[in-house]
Amino acid sequence: MLRFVLSRLLTFVPTFIGVTIVSFAFIRLLPGDPITLLAGERGIGEERYNELAAQFGFDQPMWRQYLDYLFGIFQGDLGTSFVTKRPVLDEFLALFPATLELSICAILLAVLLGIPAGVIAAVNRGKFFDQALMTTALVGYSMPIFWWALLLIIVFSSGLGWTPVSGRMSLMYFIEGPTGFMLIDSLLSGQEGAFRSALAHLILPTIVLATIPLAVIARQTRSAMLEVLGEDYVRTARAKGLAPLRVNGLHALRNAMIPVVTVIGLSVGTLLAGAILTETIFSWPGIGKWMVDSIFRRDYQAVQGGLLIIAVIVMIVNLTVDILYGAINPKIRNR
Amino acid sequence: MTLIRTTLAAGAAVLALSAAASAQTLIYCSEGSPEGFDPALYTAGTTFDASSRQIYNKLVEFERGTTDIVPGLAESWEVSEDGTSYTFTLRQGVQFHSNDQFTPSREFNADDVIFSFDRQGNEENPYNGYSGGTWEYFNAMSMPDLIESIEKVDDYTVRFNLTRPEAPFIANMAMDFASILSKEYADQLQEAGTPEMLNQAPIGTGPFSFVGYQKDAVIRYSANQDYWKGAAPIDNLVFAITPDASVRYQKLQAGECHVMPYPNPADLDAMESDENVNLMSQEGLNVGYLAYNTQVEPFDQVEVRKALNMAIDKQAIIDVVFQGAGTAAKNPIPPTIWSYNDEVEDDPYDPEAARQMLEEAGVTDLSMEIWAMPVQRPYNPNARRMAELLQEDFSQVGVDVEIVSYEWGEYLERSKAEDREGAVLLGWTGDNGDPDNFLAVLLGCDSVGGSNRAQWCHEPFQELIEEAKVTSEQSERAELYREAQVVFKEQAPWATIAHSVVFEPIRPEVQDYKIDPFGGHIFYGVSLAE
Repeated sequence: MLRFVLSRLLTFVPTFIGVTIVSFAFIRLLPGDPITLLAGERGIGEERYNELAAQFGFDQPMWRQYLDYLFGIFQGDLGTSFVTKRPVLDEFLALFPATLELSICAILLAVLLGIPAGVIAAVNRGKFFDQALMTTALVGYSMPIFWWALLLIIVFSSGLGWTPVSGRMSLMYFIEGPTGFMLIDSLLSGQEGAFRSALAHLILPTIVLATIPLAVIARQTRSAMLEVLGEDYVRTARAKGLAPLRVNGLHALRNAMIPVVTVIGLSVGTLLAGAILTETIFSWPGIGKWMVDSIFRRDYQAVQGGLLIIAVIVMIVNLTVDILYGAINPKIRNR
Repeated sequence: MTLIRTTLAAGAAVLALSAAASAQTLIYCSEGSPEGFDPALYTAGTTFDASSRQIYNKLVEFERGTTDIVPGLAESWEVSEDGTSYTFTLRQGVQFHSNDQFTPSREFNADDVIFSFDRQGNEENPYNGYSGGTWEYFNAMSMPDLIESIEKVDDYTVRFNLTRPEAPFIANMAMDFASILSKEYADQLQEAGTPEMLNQAPIGTGPFSFVGYQKDAVIRYSANQDYWKGAAPIDNLVFAITPDASVRYQKLQAGECHVMPYPNPADLDAMESDENVNLMSQEGLNVGYLAYNTQVEPFDQVEVRKALNMAIDKQAIIDVVFQGAGTAAKNPIPPTIWSYNDEVEDDPYDPEAARQMLEEAGVTDLSMEIWAMPVQRPYNPNARRMAELLQEDFSQVGVDVEIVSYEWGEYLERSKAEDREGAVLLGWTGDNGDPDNFLAVLLGCDSVGGSNRAQWCHEPFQELIEEAKVTSEQSERAELYREAQVVFKEQAPWATIAHSVVFEPIRPEVQDYKIDPFGGHIFYGVSLAE
């Protein structure tokens, strides 16, 4: 087991270097340079341009800029945003808890609804339940996030008035820290109604962000279950006269979980991508909107820093998933 | 027991709510996050809305809703005979805000003025390099070349010595970068080793003092009760940051905000008939244009440019590209700027006459490029579509158009070239409301090869704007600029296309809100009806 974990950790190193190169190169390969964009129609003189380029290190050769970036990473310094003039890491950390809170809620919702839905569909294969659930999943998967979110806002916020339109917290409350997770902070603040408000603000964005992973998980669970339900050991269990719930829940689902866990791990990447749109619509103060703005402004430091952290998070999650498999399934460990 | 406790809690909540209701809070659904709170460091309107326009004052200011200059922290000013020295007499008894870390020990004086400018131009100033300061506007408005020195005559008198006479200087002093910060606060932060707090926990003299900012979510202000012009009618001001325009509209309808900027053009009809919304509008301080290259054949002939201008169906552009949120432009400056010459007649839309003029000029089988910007701007929400309409219009008079485009940075660079092929779609948003900021920057001889995309240097026009620049009497300047607009129209270096119309949807209970011609959002003087 230890060897397995170590070998997985070793693959982490080249992937990490690869990610630094890609995140560094990506934004620089886009046409347009940040100084000209910042100046806009107003334009900028050559002398002033060179001054600014020198100040931000854009005048250095590429390899030199890359090495500075790499060197900075190992010192925990991701550079300073060209636009806000603040350290990229500070900006990221200020916004990330909001994205994390939303993502955790979304993945929980997706798992808690998706797996039972998939199991029910598989057990009732071909029947009404199966078809209804899978059609719903397909619709959910194909729905444009933007449209779906606006539809929910118009119906539930403007129309019925059940949920707030956008934001993270009612403006009546002013809650800051200590964790950055509004659900926890609002409880800690002890302010009457703050927790309820935080929860109400979470509902619609969670539903929107969970929609695609929910559909994917439900479909994946269904097909994995169908495969497992046809196996000999399931037939044996049935033949032994075990209760259907025990057969489906214990014998079948457990074995069907392996591909499902993979999908959940991969959804983390999808979630962070989905967060960009969801956050923009719901004015959710997370990293999604911040990354988009940074790309448009060609804010090199912010984009490469943000991409790097997100990539590392996705890598860590997938590494954990890999190691978890090893724990669940000895066949993978020894391969 | 539980019941009693619940009732008590409910009662307390009602009390808290009614207390909140009697203190008036205005909520503004802003479109984005400020980059910081020291306006001199940045150039974005969103940042100015959150900083200079609520927290700070300048020596002179624009009267709310106009481009007229009125006294601010300077009670009065005098210009020397030769126009190279400006002496400001400062207002006495003005207090800076305080916060947890800082309580001012003295009133505003000349040291604060000198600090606010010195840090932007003097590399020796400890605040010159703080927060990665590049002082973009200070440089863009040529302050380093223009200001020779700033003298403190006494505690309440400051003199700016200029290297040359420059009448627009006074308008520059009303711009956001010219906001006055507290030197005492800056010194204290410097000593504490936290200079960047000057940008994060701002202290000013303005109508609202800064309370707190949660990044990308909320900014809070409270009314400055000691404001020298009198406290604002509202007690609290909240910016609820809401990037999506449709969502802003939903919030406005739900009563979650009182004022919103930048509505979707597609929502305007619905807003017009919505009883929860009062839709205000005004021409923006901008102009969108098509600049011919007047140095390249056949566009060096006035007749050709005139003929093409007459082939353009501007109303169709306003309807299709602006969806009504624009007005046809006839002058290179918008109507909200003083000296706008309303007597100038626009070229009539007359394709038949245009075709004839081209023939008379000996131009047949002309094919040309039209450049379409890759980005949305207030003065041109969809350049690609605009170029297609122009292509159609020009084909009616026998001119073949090819539409080209480049990445935005590249577009700005390449369009500067003096030997550039083709006509360029571009525009300009005014900085200081001075006509010079349009006419000299965009059409002056010094800007050829730069921001003068028509590459047009015409002596009679140049003489007028140069004279206006060194005349300090505004009425005399206005006369010169009015004449310059006539010359411009005769020479037609551009087809002037449109000025955007700015729409501001507000709730009906919002009183005395005025649209700022500079595109800002100013809440001093605004109140809420009960």
